Parts: sequence; C-alpha cells; structure tokens
Amino acid sequence: MSAVSAAVDDPETGRGPEPCSELRSAGLALRSVSASIGGRDLFINLNLSVGPGEIATVMGPSGAGKSALLSHICGVGDPDFSFGGSVALNGHDVGALPASQRRIGVLFQDALLFPHLSVGENIAFGLPTGLGRDERNARIAAALADAGLTGMGGRDPATLSGGQKARAALMRTLLAEPKAVLLDEPFSKLDAALRDKFRRFVFDHVRERALPTLLVTHDPADAAAAAGPVVELAPP
Amino acid sequence: MALCVFLGPVVAGLAGSILPSFGYFPALGGEAFSLAPWRALAAYPGLGAAAWFSFWTGLAATLLSLAAALIFTAAWRGTVWFKAFQRLVSPLLSVPHSAVALGMVFLLAPSGWAMRAVSPSLTGFERPPDLATAPDPFGIVYVACLVVKETPFLFLMILAALNQIPDSPLSASARTMGYRRTIAWLKAVAPLVLRQIRLPVLAVLAYSVSVVDVALILTPVTRPTLGVLVLRWFNDPDLATQFVAAAGACLQIGVVLAAGLVWKLGELGAGRLFRRWIASGDRSRGENGLRVGGFALASLVGVLGGFGLVVAALWSVAQRWRFPDVLPSAWSLRFWDRHAEALLQAAGVTLTVAAVAAALSVLLALACLENEKRRGLKPGNGALWLLYTPLLTPQIAFLFGAQVLLVTIGLDGAWVAVIWFHMLFVGPYVFLSLSGPYRKLDPRYRAAAVTLGATETQAFFRVVLPVLLRPVLVAAAVGVAVSVGQYLPTVFAGAGRFETLTTEAVALSAGGDRRLVAMLALSQSVLPFLGFLAAIMIPAWLYRDRRELSGFR
Amino acid sequence: MLGPLSANFAGLMARVKGALAASVLIGGLAACGAVVSSASAQSADARWEAVVEKARGQEVFWNAWGGAEVYNDYIAWVGEQVQARYGVSITHVKLGDTAEAVRKVLAERSAGRSTDGSVDLIWINGENFKTMKDNALLYGPFADRLPNFALIDTEANPTTVSDFTVPTDGLESPWGMAKLVFIHDQATLPEPPRSVAAILDYANANPGRITYPAPPDFTGSTFLKQVLYETAADPAALQRPAGENFDAVTKPLWDYLDAINGSLWRGGADYPKNSAALRQLLDDGEIDLAFSFNIGEASSAIAQGQLPETARTYVLDGGTIGNTHFVAIPFNAANREGAMVVANFLLTPEAQARKATPSIWGEATVLSIDRLDAAGRAFFDAIPSDPASLTPEELGATLPEPHPSWMTRIEEGWLQRYGS
Repeated sequence: MSAVSAAVDDPETGRGPEPCSELRSAGLALRSVSASIGGRDLFINLNLSVGPGEIATVMGPSGAGKSALLSHICGVGDPDFSFGGSVALNGHDVGALPASQRRIGVLFQDALLFPHLSVGENIAFGLPTGLGRDERNARIAAALADAGLTGMGGRDPATLSGGQKARAALMRTLLAEPKAVLLDEPFSKLDAALRDKFRRFVFDHVRERALPTLLVTHDPADAAAAAGPVVELAPP
Repeated sequence: MALCVFLGPVVAGLAGSILPSFGYFPALGGEAFSLAPWRALAAYPGLGAAAWFSFWTGLAATLLSLAAALIFTAAWRGTVWFKAFQRLVSPLLSVPHSAVALGMVFLLAPSGWAMRAVSPSLTGFERPPDLATAPDPFGIVYVACLVVKETPFLFLMILAALNQIPDSPLSASARTMGYRRTIAWLKAVAPLVLRQIRLPVLAVLAYSVSVVDVALILTPVTRPTLGVLVLRWFNDPDLATQFVAAAGACLQIGVVLAAGLVWKLGELGAGRLFRRWIASGDRSRGENGLRVGGFALASLVGVLGGFGLVVAALWSVAQRWRFPDVLPSAWSLRFWDRHAEALLQAAGVTLTVAAVAAALSVLLALACLENEKRRGLKPGNGALWLLYTPLLTPQIAFLFGAQVLLVTIGLDGAWVAVIWFHMLFVGPYVFLSLSGPYRKLDPRYRAAAVTLGATETQAFFRVVLPVLLRPVLVAAAVGVAVSVGQYLPTVFAGAGRFETLTTEAVALSAGGDRRLVAMLALSQSVLPFLGFLAAIMIPAWLYRDRRELSGFR
Repeated sequence: MLGPLSANFAGLMARVKGALAASVLIGGLAACGAVVSSASAQSADARWEAVVEKARGQEVFWNAWGGAEVYNDYIAWVGEQVQARYGVSITHVKLGDTAEAVRKVLAERSAGRSTDGSVDLIWINGENFKTMKDNALLYGPFADRLPNFALIDTEANPTTVSDFTVPTDGLESPWGMAKLVFIHDQATLPEPPRSVAAILDYANANPGRITYPAPPDFTGSTFLKQVLYETAADPAALQRPAGENFDAVTKPLWDYLDAINGSLWRGGADYPKNSAALRQLLDDGEIDLAFSFNIGEASSAIAQGQLPETARTYVLDGGTIGNTHFVAIPFNAANREGAMVVANFLLTPEAQARKATPSIWGEATVLSIDRLDAAGRAFFDAIPSDPASLTPEELGATLPEPHPSWMTRIEEGWLQRYGS
C-alpha cells in the first residue's frame, strides 16, 4: 500500500487549498485519480487542476507511476495499469474518448520523429485535415522557421542534432492544435546547456498558446522553471 | 474467429495421426481402440536407434547453428566480413533444404567435386574410393547440412532482433570497460538477442528433429531417422502399416517435445553458466578463439552451401561429367532448354500460391498482433501452440487427417485449398519472424501518432506499417520461401493437380538424374531469392534517404 | 456380365460396411449401368462406342510415377494422341511414389466420396494393386471390355492377368512387360557374372564393386527374388503363399546374403536407395554392375548421357524375374470412360511398338504379335535395334514373381539382418 499523495499547491502562486476539490471549467483537471498495477496501489485520490498557460509538475521516483499517469491522461494507457477517478479537459470528461479525439498532445523523452517521414512530413502529421495545400505549407514553413529549421523540411530526421529533433517534435505536437500538453521528461536526455534553452523554448510556446501543461520530471530545476503546482508522488 | 477456420486442418490432422495410432481408422476396418500399433512400432528393428538419431542430430544442429550465427555476429559485426556474409545469407536462405543436401553430396561424396579436385593427381584414384563420406554413418554431414541451412535463418533472425536492440551503444559501453569486442557483445547484447529469438530457435529445433527430405539424401539407408521411418511406413503399399505409421508419427511428436524440453533445461543451465561468466568479469579470455571459431563456422557454412550451389549449377549444364574429371567433358543446355516452358508454367503456379499464401499469412499475423496489442492480450496461449503444431508434426501424418477434412467439404484440388494448406506451414514462420520486431516496436511511436489526432487504424497504416516495412517484407519473403518448398501439402490439397517447381523437382528427382535434379534445385531457389532480394531492396530504395530504415547502417 | 459383377460386390460387402458400402454399391452400379447399358441387347462394339462417346471431352487425371523423363515424354505423347483421336485430354499427375495415389483414394473414401474422385487412372502393379484390390478401392472389372484386350494372349502370357500371382480379375489393364536386366560397362568389365553364384564370387574377388538397392525398393526386392529363385531347392513353392516352409525355403537366400554382405559396396553398411542411384554409381565407377527393371534402360541412359557409350545390357543364364505392369481405375474415378479409352489406346500396336522402341522406352510389349494384323506388325518391324539393349530373343527366359507373402516376410527379415 503506497502512501497517499494529494495535490500540493505551490504557496508562491498564492492560491488557497480549496480549489483542488473543484473542477474548474477551463484547463485540465484530475479528480480523485488513483492508479494500481496488479492489485497494488501506486497512488490514490490524486487531485490536480492546471489552468490555461499553467505548467504543473509531477515529480517522484522511478516506478511511482508518473509516466503511467500521463499515458492514462492522453488515452494510450498500458492495460497492465488500472485507473480510477476522472480526467476532464475544459470541463468535459475525456475518459471515454479515444486518444485521437482527446486533443491532448504529448512530448516524450525521445523526440520520436517517425523515421520513415521527412522532418517536414513529421511536422505535417499533426496538422488538422481540411486545410488547403497552401495553408498547410505555410503552417509547416512557419513551424520550421519557429524551430530554427528553415530549409530542413526535406531532411531525414536521423540527420538532425538532438536539439533540432526535440524542437521539431514540439512543433509536430503543437501543429495538431492540442487543448493541453503533457511533457514526459522531454529535457532529461539533453545536455545541460541545451536543456535550459529547450525548456524555455517549450514553456514559452505553451504559455503563448495558453495551454494547460503537465510536466513529469525528476529534475527540481524543471519544476522551478515551470513555476506551477507541484505534485510529489510517493515511492512505490 | 478467423484463426479457428484457419486452424481447422490442424485439429483434423492431429486427430488423423492420434486416432489411428490407437487402432481407430474406420476406412481400413480399424474400429476398436487397441495398443497393437504401438506394440508393432516398438518391435520394429532399429526404432530406438532411429529415434535417438533424430533426437541428437536435431539438438546438435540447432546448437551449432545458433552458436555459429551468434558468435559470428559477436565477433565480426560491423566488418566487411560481416557484410559479405550478410550478402550470402539471402541466396542460402532461398535454396531449398533438399538442394543444399544435394549440393553436399555433389561436393563431398567419394565421387564428389572435392575428391575430383585431388584425383587422380594426389590420390591416384582413377575410380572413386569406397568410403562413406556423404552420407556418412555418423551423421556428421547430415548435421553439417542442417547447420548450413539453419545458420542463415538464425542469422537473419538475429539481424531482425538487432533492429530493435541498441547494440552498438551497449557493446561500446562494455568495451569502454575493457571488454574486448566479441566478449563485450556476447556479454552485453547476446542475452537480449537470445530472448528475442527464442521462438525461431525452437522452430529450428523442431524442424531439425523431424526433417525428412535432408535425411533421405544424407543418411545411410541402414541408419534412418525416425522421420524417414515414418515416411517409409506411410508409403508402404500394405495399408495395415498405416497404423504403425500413425503411432510413429505420434512418437515423432514426442521426440520433438522431448528435444524441446531438453533444450529448455539446457537453456536454464547454460543461462546460469552464462551469468556466472558475465559476472566473472573476464574481459578478454577466449576472445581470439571465439573470433577464429566464429569466422571458421561462418565460412564453413558459406563454403559448403556456396560451393554446393556452384557444383549444382555445373551439373545442370553438363552432358557428360564422369569421375575424376574436374569439369564436365561435354556441356549442354538442353535440360534448361527442354524444360524451360514447363518450368515457367510451374513457376507461375508456384509464384501465385506462394505470393497469396505469404501475403495472407502476413495479413493474418499483423491482424493477430494488432489485435493482441489493442486488447492488451498476452501472447503464449493455446492458440499459439496450435499455430505451431504443423511444424511439430510429421507432415505426412498430419496431412492425411487434414485431407480427409478437405475432401469432406469438397475443396480438394481447388486453389483455395492449396493456399490454405500452404498457409498452415507458411503462417507459423511468418508469425515468428514478424512477432519479435512487431512487439519490440517502441509503443510510443503509436502513442505519438494517436495523440497527434490519428485513429488507431491510421496510426497502424501511417506509422506502424511503414516503420516495420522491412521486417514485414522479410517475413513475407520467408513465407514465400517456405511456400515454394512445400511438396506434400501441394500434392495432398491440390489432389496432385497443381504442378509447382517443387512437385516437379520431387517427381523428377525420383529418377536420380543429377543434371535434372541440379537444374530443378536451382530453379526452386530463384523465386525465394527474388523474394529476399525484394525484401532488402524495396525498403533500401523507398527509404534511401532514411538512415534508420534503409537497412544499411 | 452380371455374374462377375455380383461376385465382386459380394467381396466388397464383406470388406466395407454400412453406409459406405451402400454408397460404393450405388455409385458402382450407376456407372456400370452407363457402361454396360442393357448388356443383352447391344453388341460389345456398340457398348464400347457408348464409352467412347461418353469419354469425349473428359480430362483424365493419370497418376503415374514421374521419375523418368523418357516415361513422362511417352505419357505426354499418349495425351496428344488420345486428344486428337478421342477428344480425351490427359493430365499427368507426376508421383514420387505410387502409394501417394493409393492414399489419396483412401482419403476420399474415408471422407465418403464415392463419386467424382480426383484420380482417374493409376499406373500400378504388385503390392499397390493387391492393396487396392483387397480394400475394394478399384473400379471394374473393365479390362476385358477394352477392344484391344483381345490382342493379348493371356494363356501364353499369364502375367497379363496375374499380377505377382494375384489374379487381376479385370480390375487392371496390362500396359507393359518388365524384366530384370543387368547392365555393365564393357570397358571396365568385359565378362560380367552371369548367375547369382557368379556375382557372389565376383563380389568376394572385388570387394566394394557390387551392391543392390535396399528393399523394399522395387529393384532391390527383385534382386532378392532373383537370388531366392536361383538358390531355392524347389522354386515352385514360391508360387504358393509362404507358410511353415518359409525358413527352409529361404535359408539359402540368407546364406547367400550373409556370404556377400561384407564384400558389398560400403561393406554392406549402406545401400543405394533405388535403381537410379545404382545406375549413377555405375556411371561414377564406384560399382561394376547395375540392374534395372526397364529393359531399355541402358539405351535411354546412354542417349541421355547418364551412362558411358560402352554400357551393355545382359541377362543371367537361368533367366530373370519378370512381371507386367498395368493401369487401373479407382472406384470413384470422375472420368472413368476417358480412363478406359486411354487404357485401350495404350494397347494399340502403335502405342505398344513406340513403347518397345529402345530410344523411347524400350520395353517388351504385352501384345501377342501373332494376333496382330499386317498393319499392326509393321509397327513392330519398324523398331530399330540398339547395341546397348537386347532383342526379345536375347532376353531369355522369364522367371515368374513369387507370391507377395514371400517378399513381405523377406523384406522384414532383411531389415532385421542388414537394414538397421
């Protein structure tokens, strides 16, 4: 039986403890979420609200169920885990929706650019359907420029540097026009200099788009930079 | 479920082997159960020796093939020699087992090419010496032939597994700790590889224990394997022998299972030793031996297989080629010429059956794997065992029962029946060569796709399939190769009306004309070879600008 | 017509039971009805005309051993001829072993298919025939309804109606006469041994140069029969089923085999698989003597480049074992009229003479030359002679096949002593 962890509000934000039991209509809200694997509880009664442009952080040691939680939220859960409670996005429960309709973007530890597609095609993968060709091309070009990848749309992703890959992956996620973003330790594999730069890059983009964002990390520096609520999951 | 329909003949085939072994076979007047067939089986002269022979040769061949493929990979990965062997693999895989066996005879028999090369100059032999070299009484050449044929298969499976294992960083990190190249790979990477190729290894074991066509060519008449005996009984004109044959077939299944069990136990024991070796911290002891040994085994495979093929090619254009001539004294293309039309026609039938059977098998395997993935099912249930049954059962025993089913539903002699029966043997190989890469595909690719708004189906077609294109095509090529080699399933399901390259080859090789047999063996190899070539070239071309998928890393 | 039919069905009833028997019976009767159609009213000619009429357009699936190009070519030629003459097409289902066809018919009966079977015609004799006959897997009797059957003098040629001493009862139609012949290379062995005793002496003087295919291979078994026949005190006993006398009659055979075994090729530790392998060993120079059940083997093998030009055929002084091979129709054949037309065509002088031509097949005819008209004889007179083969006169006496029960037990004994 693992220890219980409730949402811990960041005192610096000045918000009181009471909103955690309330579902706010805008943003991402977890209510009484619990997780278990093979009948063993990882955590129970997790409550967390993430407002637009806010970046909440989930911390905890390996095996605490951080990544499983993210998978559960975006709908690609591992069947080995079972979850209770509810997940709502902008006031709508997304639990019954397939991952493809939840509009929750994910950035993984690895860039996971599809190796069979070019950089541009990877970015285009996220674009909504129904756009005209010019519109598509314009958005891809803009995203490439934004990521500092101008002219690299035709490149093999395997030829990009680590930082380039990571930025391309973020662009791919953002072009899918998500309503929330989950970050699964996306900075952990980058070297220190790059990490700060990329973290700022990511945070700037999600804030600019006012996306509720949930970050999973080991690194307290990440949590500090996120400057949002922090949840500490207990060891298993 | 589709799988049940697909596996119907398996159940019928098993029943068709087990019931008669207990005396139940109404069409032959056997209507009461009895142990008489088993008693007759036990009384057969040399039964124990034959079963033992099958057992140990199968285990030895599997062990040696695995060792050759693994050690060679460990010692020479990333070198030109490795690339050279990689190039040799497809042709060797394409050659049917019986053709490799014939190549060994062409090469090693007392009248074979090796002896011709040194006669009479060195040996003084004007006529071949009376030596039992191929076949030999100890089963050495027989095991060698199986190793020649199975090493490339396992090598291919190891390569496929390595697509999913970050082996260069792993072995590099071991090397930075002072481990020498081969030891580093064996200690850091091999355990991961072995875990992934467990099924293919077991398939090789089952095949090696029960193979018949190679044994027919490379074992002395007086030292048959159990499989040869079972075939002999099934072909006995006296139909009463069918009961003994059925009992023999069941015994054969038992021997396969026993070999599997011993292998499993050996795996446990070897695993313990292996871990102790890993923990010992030895960084270089044995390195040179392993390097030389791996190279020697791989070159033996290459030389025996390759030279056998070359000699077969020579035979196919020989008119007269007597001992001790090193080259034919009279050449002729007339065998090719005469049979060109028939061969092309047979090739058409062969290709149609093989392509459809392989394609359907790949689809079925993908559907099963995708289903397993989406429902979160765990592999390793009963259906899987059923899937592999056709590989474990002597074909001829299994096929009789399956054919009764086919005749009952009136499908014998139809295309669909031939393809269906081929799939019984193609399916397991396709499944086992595909399931490893499929299950090891990083699940986050799929997760990335669906969180970007793609449905599960779109994710499958737009991401999973393209990324797995190479393993999918390799599985299809393996399927084509397996299908091309099928003799009995074609004869049974096709009611003898489907002339494939292999039915032609088997029928004509009964006449024992070396030149004809050589020509047919080569023609049998062409289609699978093209299949493997396509499986390598298509991704290499499509993904020529995609470093991770082109296959040239 | 009804007499033999009902006798045959009585035999069937004894073996096959229940619904299975009924379906065979009905299927058989219906088909016979079509063939015999009011036997009393019509002449044999008219009945045959009906068969030929019904056969037109049928595709006959002829299951025949496909191991020799010369045989396959001959069958292809037959296909062209019957297509042109009767509108019957032939598909040669090439078998590695005749037992495959037997099992196919058996599987069909197991599944209850008593009509529309997949095998129309089988090239068969000996044990496979006995098996099919004993298990009521054959259609007939039909052989004596073939017009050309009259060209065979079954009295002078008893093996045409007695297959390994088993009466054919019209269930198979003769196709050719096989005889054990020996082949040697004049260049290496000018004076070959001309009796089994001489072969033993030769083997002992030249170890490793003699062998025989392992029984139950047909040629290997025939060699054992030859030895049995030549060494047995009373060869006439072999025409009756083996019984209590088995050990006494076969003792000389075992003595012979014991005496020769150590001097055989590979010291008797391995044997060639079949006569083709034997011939290959002769060509390679590993052995000095091959034998074959095909009289024209040496000629066609030389023409194919499989034996040296100096290969010659000979027979043993006391005569050699000979038998007849046949074609039969399974009980459930879908195209039985077409199959009968083919069987009849095989008995035409033209087809038989072609088969007797050394460069084509080189096998003795089953027809009796004195029953042929001038046109028929002309076909045989036109056959060119070949130095590597023997003329009918040179072939010498034919020893009859022993009753199958002898070989069953001898093969068992051989396996015990030498085969494992």
